[in-house]
Amino acid sequence: MTYVEHPSLMACPACAVVPSAERLASLAAPQSTRLMLSLPTAHCALCMTTIEHGLENLPGVRSARVNLSLRRVSVDADADVTADRLILNLARLGYEAHELDAGLLSATETDRQSQELLMRLGVAGFSMMNVMLLSVAVWSGAEDATRQLFHWISAIIALPTVAFAGQPFFRSAWACIKARRLGMDVPISLALILACAMSLFETVMGGRYAYFDAAVSLTFFLLAGRYLDHRTRAVARSAAEHLAALEVPRAQVLREGAEIVLPLAQVVVGDLVRVRPGGRMPVDGVVMDGASEVDRSLLTGETLPVYTGPGSRVSAGEVNLTGPLTLRVTAAGRDSSLHQMADLVAVAESAKTLYTGLAERAAQIYAPLVHLLSGGAFVFWLWQTGGDVRFAINISAAVLIITCPCALGLAVPAVVTAASGKLFRKGLLIKHGTALERLAEVDTVVFDKTGTLTLGLPEPVGLSDYPAEVISVAMALAAASSHPLAVALAAHSAAQGIRPAVLTALHEVPGYGVEGQWQGELARLGRATWVGATPLSVTATYLMLNGATFAFAFTDRLRPGAEVAVAALMAQGKQVVLLSGDGEGAVAPMAARLGITDWTANALPTDKAARVAALTAHGHKVLMVGDGLNDTAALVAAHVSISPASALDAARVASDIVLLGQDMAPIVDALRIASQARRRIKENFAISAAYNIVAVPLALAGLASPLAAALAMSLSSITVSLNALRLR
Amino acid sequence: MDILIYLIPASLLLGGIGLAAFFWALKDRQFEDPLGDANRILKPDWEDHPAPQSKSA
Repeated sequence: MTYVEHPSLMACPACAVVPSAERLASLAAPQSTRLMLSLPTAHCALCMTTIEHGLENLPGVRSARVNLSLRRVSVDADADVTADRLILNLARLGYEAHELDAGLLSATETDRQSQELLMRLGVAGFSMMNVMLLSVAVWSGAEDATRQLFHWISAIIALPTVAFAGQPFFRSAWACIKARRLGMDVPISLALILACAMSLFETVMGGRYAYFDAAVSLTFFLLAGRYLDHRTRAVARSAAEHLAALEVPRAQVLREGAEIVLPLAQVVVGDLVRVRPGGRMPVDGVVMDGASEVDRSLLTGETLPVYTGPGSRVSAGEVNLTGPLTLRVTAAGRDSSLHQMADLVAVAESAKTLYTGLAERAAQIYAPLVHLLSGGAFVFWLWQTGGDVRFAINISAAVLIITCPCALGLAVPAVVTAASGKLFRKGLLIKHGTALERLAEVDTVVFDKTGTLTLGLPEPVGLSDYPAEVISVAMALAAASSHPLAVALAAHSAAQGIRPAVLTALHEVPGYGVEGQWQGELARLGRATWVGATPLSVTATYLMLNGATFAFAFTDRLRPGAEVAVAALMAQGKQVVLLSGDGEGAVAPMAARLGITDWTANALPTDKAARVAALTAHGHKVLMVGDGLNDTAALVAAHVSISPASALDAARVASDIVLLGQDMAPIVDALRIASQARRRIKENFAISAAYNIVAVPLALAGLASPLAAALAMSLSSITVSLNALRLR
Repeated sequence: MDILIYLIPASLLLGGIGLAAFFWALKDRQFEDPLGDANRILKPDWEDHPAPQSKSA
């Protein structure tokens, strides 16, 4: 996103016609950009200083400011500064970073809503303090005119406050009533309105009891719960949205001989699309021109790149590795295989919201019960007193106020906020409101291999078996290519202190490999058939030198923390399953290394989903951890799902929790914290129920005073919040 | 008890000032990054004349 600032210094209309020198200058000067990066691993003052200084020392960067709460940095820089460069520099400083879409970020709807809630909370807090102060005087024995005066002042403060600060409850209660449902907000709104109306009536009549303090503190505590709830969700949602903005939906289209960049929505079937090496296929298509290898790992889990040439079919989401390709589009946008899969996910997503959280279940019991109690009290006292409506309404309002779910409204949000905050600090983003509760029930964990347990980055093995000369030639050839295997080979041998041999006439043959001249001999590094070697069963690249061939095998690097995570899960008594779309040769050693006995290789996307469904049918609650398109169906079918931030868009959308960092160990913490959080939520319900069991009979008997209501309300809310903070 | 005539308005006024300050802080986006601001005081580098902060950080 770019923006130009031109403060208007001119006031007279005549001047406004003439473009100011400043404006001209700003048009000519490079425009500034604002870049946003997500920083999953930043956590302290030192990180903040290192990152800000590191970025500000780069040429073209004007300022950088870290937001530690949201784990992101915003950078003001010249237009020619790219996010890639910043990410590279941050990596050098030791921080992982991902680009975010700054356009989405500026002032989002959720941001405005949380400001609004906070403001209402502030107003409610202010008047709660003032009204309480006046109420204490009344409780401690103010009489006659003084009490009257205090009630009136309380009314003047409380009524506008409830009218303003209570709006979120009134709105949602009204929506509930219109939809003929009985939500938690209906009794809340009823209690607020009834308390205010009755207290106003009593004040006018010069009565003893007024519940203004109760009405206002009720609003305050409930708003606090609402705000916590909103904040957790907003932080998770905005970060998830911005991760989604990582993939730019554009394609390079050849039209009338010229290459133009078009948004994906404007690409139609029959267009010619060019995909550069390293780029992701934006559409489904048939290769018209060019030869290359494509990486299908995100779609199928295969780690071996697949050769493509004219006539091969490719699908959206695959990554082009070596040579430029020109595709004839067979399906674009909504019809592409990538998008169809994403649509399936959307359907399944809506099914998932059917899970009713603990809060919802509590509300389903609570709301009718409260109305019944209050109505019953009204009828009983009307009959008992022989038609004293004022007294009966007093009692039924007191019942509503005392049972009002201050603690219930805080019970879930306070715990969820504490837990999500803890997990966010560990690098896990909770996307779904009930994800934590579902996570607590998990007894089976299913992992995908490529990109989940592994990083999807190849690493050469057994290099030391070869003579140094062979390696140095291979390294020189590898350095000339951007193929992932070549890059890994070059980097790995460089790390071992090997110097590349001097080769001439180096060039890359797209789709095959690299060749060059070494001491007058032809040397080739690339596909087995091209160099004349017999292919191995594992990922490998082959070298031809002096008529002999050498094979360099690769293994996928294990994600940091994967071993620890799997071992810890097994120690917790969870069943661990590995389902991979990759070949047996790659899966078996990985499973053995991690100690997973239950593994399946060559699994198709449907196989994965079927396996998860079968486990579910046997009564298991499955946690699916996966990153590829081939995992999405399984991610959706599972009880709860996690995907790493590097996962494909569709997979991240389908999952409930996103792992922001590379380390896998937080998953174990997540399971532990989730089950702890569920315990706390249940304790909180028990606490608020206990308060009600004591207070409700008093209210029903007509013995409740405003003081008792205030005590019950504040004490239960505070105990519940403190209990939530016990989360470790 | 005549003192109440002064004390009650005084307490309301003081509370009102607090509320106004809260609104100002809210508008000034001071609640945007509580964790970062808490850590910022620990930064080793400091300036004698800090530049005005950008409001949309």
